[in-house]
Amino acid sequence: MLFKLSYKNIKKSMKDYAIYFFTLILGVAIFYVFNAIESQTVMMKVTSSTREIIELMTNMLSGVSVFVSFILGFLIIYASRFLIKRRNKEFGIYLTLGMSKRKISLILFFETILIGLLSLVIGLILGVLLSQLMSILVANMFEADMTNFTFVFSEDAMIKTFIYFGIMYLLVMIFNTIQISKCKLIDLIYSSKKSEKIKIKNSFLCIIIFIISSILLGYAYYKVTSGVNSIASPREILTIMAIGAVTTFLIFWSLSGLILKLVMSMKKVYYKGLNSFILRQVSSKINTTVFSMTIICLMLFVTICVLSSSLSIKNSMTANLKELAPVDILLSKTRNIPMEFANDYGYNADQIEDSYDTIDETLQKLGIQEDEYLTDQVNLYYYIEENLTLESTLGKALKQAKKTYPSLDYQSPEVIVKLSDYNKVAQLYGNKTYQLKEDEYMIIADLDSMVKLRNEGLKENTIITIDGKNYHPKYQECQDGFIEMSSNHINAGILVVPDTAIDIKEDSSQIEKEFLIANYKAETEEEKQEIEEIFTKSDYQGMEEKVLLGGNTKLSIYEASVGLGALVTFIGLYLGIIFLISSAAILALKELSESTDNKERFCMLRKIGTDEKMIHKALFWQIAIFFAFPLILAMIHSFFGIQFCSFILETFGEEKMLASVGMTAIFLIVIYGGYFILTYYCSKNIIKEK
Amino acid sequence: MEKTLQIKNIEKYYGNRSSLTKAIDNISFDVERKEFVAIMGASGSGKTTLLNCISTIDKVTAGHIFLDGVDITKLKGNELNKFRREELGFIFQDFNLLDTLTAYENIALALSIQNKKAAEIDQKIKKVAQELNIKDVLHKYPYQMSGGQKQRVASARAIITDPKLILADEPTGALDSKSSKMLLERFQYLNQELQATILMVTHDAFTASYATRVIFIKDGKIFHELCRGEDTRKEFFDKIIDVVTLLGGDLNDAL
Repeated sequence: MLFKLSYKNIKKSMKDYAIYFFTLILGVAIFYVFNAIESQTVMMKVTSSTREIIELMTNMLSGVSVFVSFILGFLIIYASRFLIKRRNKEFGIYLTLGMSKRKISLILFFETILIGLLSLVIGLILGVLLSQLMSILVANMFEADMTNFTFVFSEDAMIKTFIYFGIMYLLVMIFNTIQISKCKLIDLIYSSKKSEKIKIKNSFLCIIIFIISSILLGYAYYKVTSGVNSIASPREILTIMAIGAVTTFLIFWSLSGLILKLVMSMKKVYYKGLNSFILRQVSSKINTTVFSMTIICLMLFVTICVLSSSLSIKNSMTANLKELAPVDILLSKTRNIPMEFANDYGYNADQIEDSYDTIDETLQKLGIQEDEYLTDQVNLYYYIEENLTLESTLGKALKQAKKTYPSLDYQSPEVIVKLSDYNKVAQLYGNKTYQLKEDEYMIIADLDSMVKLRNEGLKENTIITIDGKNYHPKYQECQDGFIEMSSNHINAGILVVPDTAIDIKEDSSQIEKEFLIANYKAETEEEKQEIEEIFTKSDYQGMEEKVLLGGNTKLSIYEASVGLGALVTFIGLYLGIIFLISSAAILALKELSESTDNKERFCMLRKIGTDEKMIHKALFWQIAIFFAFPLILAMIHSFFGIQFCSFILETFGEEKMLASVGMTAIFLIVIYGGYFILTYYCSKNIIKEK
Repeated sequence: MEKTLQIKNIEKYYGNRSSLTKAIDNISFDVERKEFVAIMGASGSGKTTLLNCISTIDKVTAGHIFLDGVDITKLKGNELNKFRREELGFIFQDFNLLDTLTAYENIALALSIQNKKAAEIDQKIKKVAQELNIKDVLHKYPYQMSGGQKQRVASARAIITDPKLILADEPTGALDSKSSKMLLERFQYLNQELQATILMVTHDAFTASYATRVIFIKDGKIFHELCRGEDTRKEFFDKIIDVVTLLGGDLNDAL
């Protein structure tokens, strides 16, 4: 009997449940898709290092899934609370008929099970289909070959989805029972009769709060963009975020009162058609939902930033690679470790002894015939000079620098390279070569923040001293370039001096590091891969104890950055989509939960003779404003937030950013816009005349 | 005299072939301009159905309703809405004011959906507020007003468009006797001074006694008709009571 009642309830109120149901299905589908990624990648032909990254990614994704399940759990509980509220009267009737609260809870229990099962099944089917599309995306990300595409179904992901959502539904049932047991009959029956109290805020107070919060918000915006260098600690960032959140709340609070007042004063607009009605509808709703509006706005803000940053990371990473990893291999070796130094840094005796071998010697010892595999070899050294530190190259600019970047280590020794060595490397890399006079030096750097810092020192014409001889800068600015390959612009600065400045014996402890830069003697990708394996063979692993040889290869940089890019993109997508769905669903549910009240109001409008077209327009604008309100502020936030993200990541090019912002916009339009349209049609259906 | 409303042999059936309910069974009557007509009947007699048919909220099964010569049973879609907002004024038992709007805005809405200018709206509201004695509550919300005030605001909304016909469905149903009396006196004022044509449905003899003519309905048919003529309200009331007694049944509880 009770089950029949539940079944009929769901069938009857499908219209009201549509959004809830839709959200559940989407949640299940997305949860499955992101947890099934590992199985999707099994069929892909990838190298072992990529496989490792995929493993790392799936681990991280399942970690994120826990977080996501929390968000979805809250969303579901929130939504079911709404739906219960909508049905107060129905429960009131059950209670007056003598049904016990336990039985009502039971009805809800059956309903949750029915809806839960249905949404799980449909969501999983959708998820399995979507995850096939996902395979294409994954393969694309990892630049893997997709020729042997097969249909994949992940049992693990399915079981996981069942367990996680099972727990969520269980929690919903518990919450429902608690809510039912707490409610009073009188409130249930008369819940719809309570007339709404309209609070008009003091407009003077509103204006003051609005101005203050705008100023504070402006300050926060300034801090994360122009004033970004002065941020010293993560704590300061947290403070700025807190300011942003609080001001968002205050702006919504004050604006909801102000806009109404403002439009009301424009009598011609206010008393045109249903404008007064629309405005009152919206403002009464925003008045009572300032807090949720804030949460939604902040969620949208995070979504936009996360999506556009993560989408651009992959692009910019791969774009940098051609420039930043121009040769096949770079081997490096820490050299000439002095005895007194060794103990402080924990080098063992073997390592110290080894550090006096050149790279060539080490390779021979390891049994690698260098000339057989490598071509275009360039050898060079990093030197250090006692007392030549970052502090001394900054000179007079030091004081200002310490203010702007208080956390830098100004005592770290500077790396020095001979001009002829640098030119050899630059030639091989296809970078610009330089000339220096006997008493000149220059700095090569490409890490933006360090370039800015060092330029201050160079402008001051800071003199450096090597071996008792003074040198002055040739250029007032750092020159672009690098020696060590990597996936990003991370060269913090290398001092280039004339060859004559350095007159050091082979075993001097002033030689800090040795490099061997070369290309593989190979024509095809396969041959390159073979040579790569010789140099990166696992046989050498475990030799770190004895040999200090390190290095980087073009291939490994490519794989690592492709993998890292994919990892960030997937996590960004996952979180972004879930956040977007959650915020849109909350808005939609809020709007729909008031549809019964609205139905009466629209009915009245009809009775006094309002055209259907006018009524639909009013409904449309009412929902549109409600949806747009948090979005607009979130977009303003994001405008500054994205700039901050790009500052932190320092990897974006302008155009790349535009593309990823475009992608984000598509996501927003599809998901947020989709919810908006759905809400509009559902409400239209509800207010329809019977 | 001009006939504002002509009702010709209307019928309204509910249900299907096996169980048919005749809510209105062949009713015909006319309402002349500047008349104040009350329709009385017990609950279930079909008086509200009749009003719904005249107001185009419901459709008749057979027959015709003419308002100033236009057959409103033939109107469709937006013509209906246009008819409602331009030719009719509505007053409901439960006021039907929008709870989110102030009294002023509620009244203004009736004009703003006709795309009238803000200045004109303001002028008209001030005038009607004076007539219905609601100047003090214009900027209050429905929840801040008493039932009588709400009903007068609703009446203001109904008459502000200068409708050809004002329809009132149990306007005193939710009011106490003092507010009822005040409201009905306002109705009388609208009828006599402003020449408004009013058709009111009620089951209350006291309310009906303010009308110039009372039509009694029983089981979907016209049962009797009373004209006030030169009677005082008290005399008219007594006459109505006589008919109510004759009608018997549950209309007796109207006493």
